[in-house]
Amino acid sequence: MKKLDRHSLIYWTGFAVIMAVLIVAPLVLPPFWRRFLTEVLIWGLLAMSSDLLIGYTGMVSFGHSAFFGLGMYGAAGALIAFAPNLWLAILFGLAGAAGAALFVAYFSTRLRDIYFAITTLIFSQIFYVIIFTWTKVTGGENGLIFTRPHLTFAWLYDARFNPTTLHWFVLTVVTASYLFLRRVTQSPFGMVLQSIRENEARTRAIGFPVERYKIMSVMLSGIFAGLAGVLYAVQNEFAAPNFVYFITSGDTVIFNVMGGIGTLVGPIIGAGFFQLLRELMSRIFGDQFPYLIPLGVVFIAMIIFLPQGLLGFARRWLNK
Amino acid sequence: MHALVGYFHDIPVDLILIQTVNGIVTGMILALVASGLTLIFGIMDVVNFAHGELFMLGAFVGVIVMVATGNFWLSLLASFLVIAVLGAALQIVVLRPLIGRDPLNTILVTFGLSLILQNFALWQFGPDSRRLAAPITGHFILFYLDYPWYRLVIAVMSGAIIGGFWLFLKYNRFGVWIRATTQDRVMAQAMGIPVPWVLTGVFALGAGMAAASGVLFAPLGGVDYNMGLDWVLRAFIVVVVGGMGSLGGSVVAAIFISLLESYASIWVNPSQAVIVSFVVLILTLLFKPTGLFATPK
Repeated sequence: MKKLDRHSLIYWTGFAVIMAVLIVAPLVLPPFWRRFLTEVLIWGLLAMSSDLLIGYTGMVSFGHSAFFGLGMYGAAGALIAFAPNLWLAILFGLAGAAGAALFVAYFSTRLRDIYFAITTLIFSQIFYVIIFTWTKVTGGENGLIFTRPHLTFAWLYDARFNPTTLHWFVLTVVTASYLFLRRVTQSPFGMVLQSIRENEARTRAIGFPVERYKIMSVMLSGIFAGLAGVLYAVQNEFAAPNFVYFITSGDTVIFNVMGGIGTLVGPIIGAGFFQLLRELMSRIFGDQFPYLIPLGVVFIAMIIFLPQGLLGFARRWLNK
Repeated sequence: MHALVGYFHDIPVDLILIQTVNGIVTGMILALVASGLTLIFGIMDVVNFAHGELFMLGAFVGVIVMVATGNFWLSLLASFLVIAVLGAALQIVVLRPLIGRDPLNTILVTFGLSLILQNFALWQFGPDSRRLAAPITGHFILFYLDYPWYRLVIAVMSGAIIGGFWLFLKYNRFGVWIRATTQDRVMAQAMGIPVPWVLTGVFALGAGMAAASGVLFAPLGGVDYNMGLDWVLRAFIVVVVGGMGSLGGSVVAAIFISLLESYASIWVNPSQAVIVSFVVLILTLLFKPTGLFATPK
């Protein structure tokens, strides 16, 4: 076994401490904040999936709501059409998101930079229009409502979710996704992605099929965004067209910029920071307060003065 | 095959013609929105995500001035000026610090601006749609329809603004500065052109054009805080299809896409007709990703 050096010792200790806190949290937090934390983890997973594109491949996606939404509707469809089964819902959600991601990736990776950003946005609107108007299948404006499936492990375990087990389930999925994505970004494949970010022409000149790598990274990112959508659907027992709308994609980008792109954990911090500010403002100034105005100002100020985001200072260290 | 011919045969020619006129009218407004967007992009390398919000705020300023004075043309002018000043202020505060950074930063910052402006409008003006009376209420008979003259006036006005703008770029001294800045920013600076102020002026001009199109459109569809995204999306499609930075390309693409959408809405409802422009976008990306009328650099 490889000897643990100083860096990985600190890293894994920190990881274990944070995990321990997150595992214990639902047992001590009041119901509102327990739910809040679970949702932050789900939004964090969505933002983390988009970080693979923004922070590592260097492509800003403004269309992650499509993958998130297809994950949601895929899961909802499976739960309504068949006997409610958690794993089947996840499978269908991921398949939906992967299909959408393949479609978006095939066309929009032909373009770079801002053109990529704009086309992903437009593609996500296509999915929104389809979902919004195809009332017979998607329920249109009302969305789909279903009952939450049980947590099952083959024939060994079968129980209703309670808020605590739901939180643990979400935490497990998010952590596993984080470890997987971290491994991906450190793999030779991930190195090629970062090389595309740094210098696309040179990467192509070395002989890597850049287009294929880009399509792969959009799909990988889309699948994890879909996983976040499945989790959100399972948590809230509905799928609604609002979540396929552009706002979700915009929030995803904000979480990334606030937390620090290219760090994977940063976007989760960003999601937490954003939701916390929003919650605090609506508590202090009331429900009607246009919280997005001050949050927008914070967002712009961070791009100008703190482009690395909250965790940017630790970027190099976190990726080691 | 025979059934197909029969199906198309059943569509009356007059319906097609009415939809052609409708398509050209919305196409001209769209061209005005898109030319502001493509101007800002072509010259400043800034993708202005907040363009739809400037369009929306322009329409609101138009409504306010209209309520105060009752004069439509005055509100058009006032809206142009107010939003141009707002645009200049926004450019100085948030875009100027980003000069020289990756253009992706500008899309993020203008996205933040659009959030702020949209929520400001929701907060100030509420969720209800406002109406703005058309300055010309006359009709003429187009087949069986009473077709309002105002729609044609919009098309002509938009065309006049775009045309005037083109002449301005071509012959006015400031217009020449703008073109010089597009071609070579460093050289323009060396020749004594105040480049940072040219960029501010361009953003103000583009913002003013968005505001003017907002006021022109307002009598057709009403004014609400949410109207911006729809327009900015279609304007993005137009500039990608027409070729970013190409003024003529945006005008042609805007009319082309609006015509297709308006024909499509004979068969499907208008919210689904948007899909047609998405299909045009996809085909463009497949066969000519730089846009149909891009000028080679």
